[in-house]
This record gives sequence, C-alpha cells and structure tokens, in this order.
Amino acid sequence: MLEPRSVGEITAIIKNRLESDTRLQDVWITGEISNFKQASSGHLYFSLKDSQAEIKCAMWRSSVVRMTSIPRNGDAVTAHGYVGVYEQQGAYQFYADMIRPVGVGDLYRQFEELKYKLELEGLFALERKRPLPAFPRKLGVVTSADAAAFQDVQNVLRRRYPLLEVILAPTLVQGLDAPVQIVKALGRLNTRQDIDVILVCRGGGSIEDLWAFNDERVARAIAGSRIPVISGVGHETDFTIADFVADLRAPTPSAAAELLTPDMADLRQSLDRMAGRLDEGVRYTFESRRRAVADKQWALKQVSPVMRMRAYRQQLSNLDRAMINGQRGRIELARERLHGLGIALLAASPQAILERGYAMISANGRRIMSMRDLQTGMTITVELKDGTRSATVEGEPNDA
Amino acid sequence: MTLDDLSFEAAYTELEGIVMQLDTGDLPLEDSVTLFERGKKLSEYCQRLLDQAELRITQISDL
Repeated sequence: MLEPRSVGEITAIIKNRLESDTRLQDVWITGEISNFKQASSGHLYFSLKDSQAEIKCAMWRSSVVRMTSIPRNGDAVTAHGYVGVYEQQGAYQFYADMIRPVGVGDLYRQFEELKYKLELEGLFALERKRPLPAFPRKLGVVTSADAAAFQDVQNVLRRRYPLLEVILAPTLVQGLDAPVQIVKALGRLNTRQDIDVILVCRGGGSIEDLWAFNDERVARAIAGSRIPVISGVGHETDFTIADFVADLRAPTPSAAAELLTPDMADLRQSLDRMAGRLDEGVRYTFESRRRAVADKQWALKQVSPVMRMRAYRQQLSNLDRAMINGQRGRIELARERLHGLGIALLAASPQAILERGYAMISANGRRIMSMRDLQTGMTITVELKDGTRSATVEGEPNDA
Repeated sequence: MTLDDLSFEAAYTELEGIVMQLDTGDLPLEDSVTLFERGKKLSEYCQRLLDQAELRITQISDL
C-alpha cells in the first residue's frame, strides 16, 4: 500500500490537471446567469447554466470595474476567463474576466442561419401546413401560466367561443431552459388524443426574450407535432422560427385566439338565419306542392270526357254557323241578281217604251213597222202609254 | 341520434345540411316536415349550447 496522500496534495493535482488543459484556459462560455450575487468586496459570484449543466463562476472586482453594466439573473451572456479550482472548498469554477451580453448581431446571424437551414429542409413549405379545425373542441396551449399573454388569450376565447376547453401545458417562455420545456409541453399535448389544435404563444418582448422561439429544438418539435400548431409570439412585427414552422402564424397571442375560433355572435346570427330559412323552405315546399296539384287539376280537366264533348259541341256549332252563313250569302246574292234582271227586263218591255212617250201602231192585229204597210184610208190602232185609239191614214208618205 | 350527444360542430353542420336540402324544395312532403322539425331542434340546441357555454381551463402539471 502506497503512502496515503493529503487532501491538499490530491486537490493540487486536480488543480494542476485542470489549469494545464488549454481547452479550459482562455475560453468563452455562453450561458444564462443565475444565483447572481455581488459581495461587499465588489467581487461577483454567480452561475452560468444551460439546459444541460451549470458552472460556478467568480469575477474579481478588478474585472468588474471595467464593465459598463452589471449582468442580472436570466441574462444570456458570453463570458471570457479560465477554469480553475478553489481549493478551500474543493470546487472547480470559472474565473471570468469579461462578460458580454449575447450579441444581438449574433442572434440575427443565428436566426438567419437556422431559418435558411430549415427552409432548405422544407419545414416551411406551404404544403406542410395543415388546416385548423373550424370548430375546435379542445385547445392545447403552450405558454407560461401566469403570463399576461395567457390572460389575453382566455379573454378572447371567453368572448368568442366559450364552448372551447383549454388545456394548458405550462412552460417557461424565456431563458435557456425555455426551449426544452416548450418541447416537452408540445410532446405532452401530443400524447393526448382529444386535443385538436395547439397554440404556442408568448407576449411581446425583446429579441432575447423571444429567443426560445428561435430555437431549433422548438422548431423541430412544432414541425413534428401530430396536432396542428398555431403560433402567436410577440408583437405584429416579430417573426420567429416557430412562426415559420407552425401551421398558422398569428401576429399576437390574442390574434391567434381569434384565428382559432369562430365568433359566437356570428354563429348566433347564422343560426337565426338558418332557422328563418327552415321556415321558408318548408313553406316553399308546401307552396310548390299546392301549385303542382292545381296545375295537374287543370290539366286533368282539359282531358276529361266532359271537356272533350264540350269542345266537340263548340266545333259543331262553329261549323253550323259557318254553313248557315254560307247559305244565307248565296240566297242573298241570287236575290240581288234577280232584282237586277227584273229591272233590265222591265226596261226592255214595250210598256216602258210607251212610258217614255213613244206610240205603237198596229192594224188587224199586226204591228206596223214601215210606211210600206200603210195605205191611205186604212184604219189603224194607235197605242200610247195610257190607252189605244183608232185612226185613219191620210195624206202622202213623206220621203224620209 | 339524440341531440344531447351531439357536439356543437356536429349539430351546426347537420343544420346547415338540412337547410340546404329544404332550400331545394323538391323533397317528399313528409320528409320535409321531418327535416324541418329536426332543423328547428338543432338550431335551438345550438343556441342553448352557446348560452350555457363557459370556457373550461385545465392544466397538465407533470411535465
């Protein structure tokens, strides 16, 4: 058995081991500040953590005084320094000499890179977007339970569509732990069969505040959700990666609640309208039936024997009248012609000639037509219009 | 199906269908009367659901 070593000796070996590893010297660490304390001496004591681990940190007054602002719990920072061992407490820790907030410039670059990458993968493709149910029954909400955003959402839902049941999967919505929690919340909701749409939301804030929604893990969890997801993160002007992968992006949490639900006032109105159309529809059905029956009745009458006989009778009487009219016409015509003939006949009669002042001479019953038939002393009969008289022929005939 | 088993969506959708059918007006009379009565009930049922609705909120705790 080897000689036992003292605690100090072992600790020195550890210290030497750590402090001679170049990977642990002159390094930058990114993490979130927690357990922040500023001692009266001016030194800072805090932890840097991310979702996997935590490391104790110290920063000496000499470095603190060079900083323009003192970090606070929850800040995402990049710190420079080295890993060393604090022998009295057997603790390794990070000795920071510089702390910088995670640069906004860095965040934009990360945002653009991730956006580009996921877009290439087709995660934003329109054909991936699923329609949201017209009448959702159960809404899963992924947000912080006591955030104003959740209150806003509830208010909108209560006003528009209180038929809804809300199932909150509470989660942090900012800070380094937020992405993992959001992913878990989405997963939990996805294990249930009764939820038909999920709202992932958070109120407005700085780009750092909203950063969890630009996390690749969150993006992939939304893309992989079996249940359709609507996002409502920050304000109108904030676009996050979560928005791009969601089935629908709403500009704000309240707007998401509106997009999710039909408005009860509209529904009531359209219910009234439909009830009215029911009345009208049934009235119209009866009306059209009544009209159809009336039409058929009329048609039936047209083909009934009574109507046919009436029609025949009508036709007969028409023919009759035509016949009578024709007959009457013919008789009339004859009568007129007869009358004409009578007149002509009369005009041609000897009496008519006498009427006009002529005389007719006859002898021994024979009409005298020429001077040659007359001899002096001969008795003749002269007939005028009003009678006859005997006369004796005298004198010599004149040469005409 | 009795009304109380119907979700709002199911009742509302069925009502829309009935209104459309009645609108065409060429159903047998008995059918149209039956539809009319069903439609009336559905519309009242939907209104009642809206009247009585109260937003329910539950929470998943064991994350």
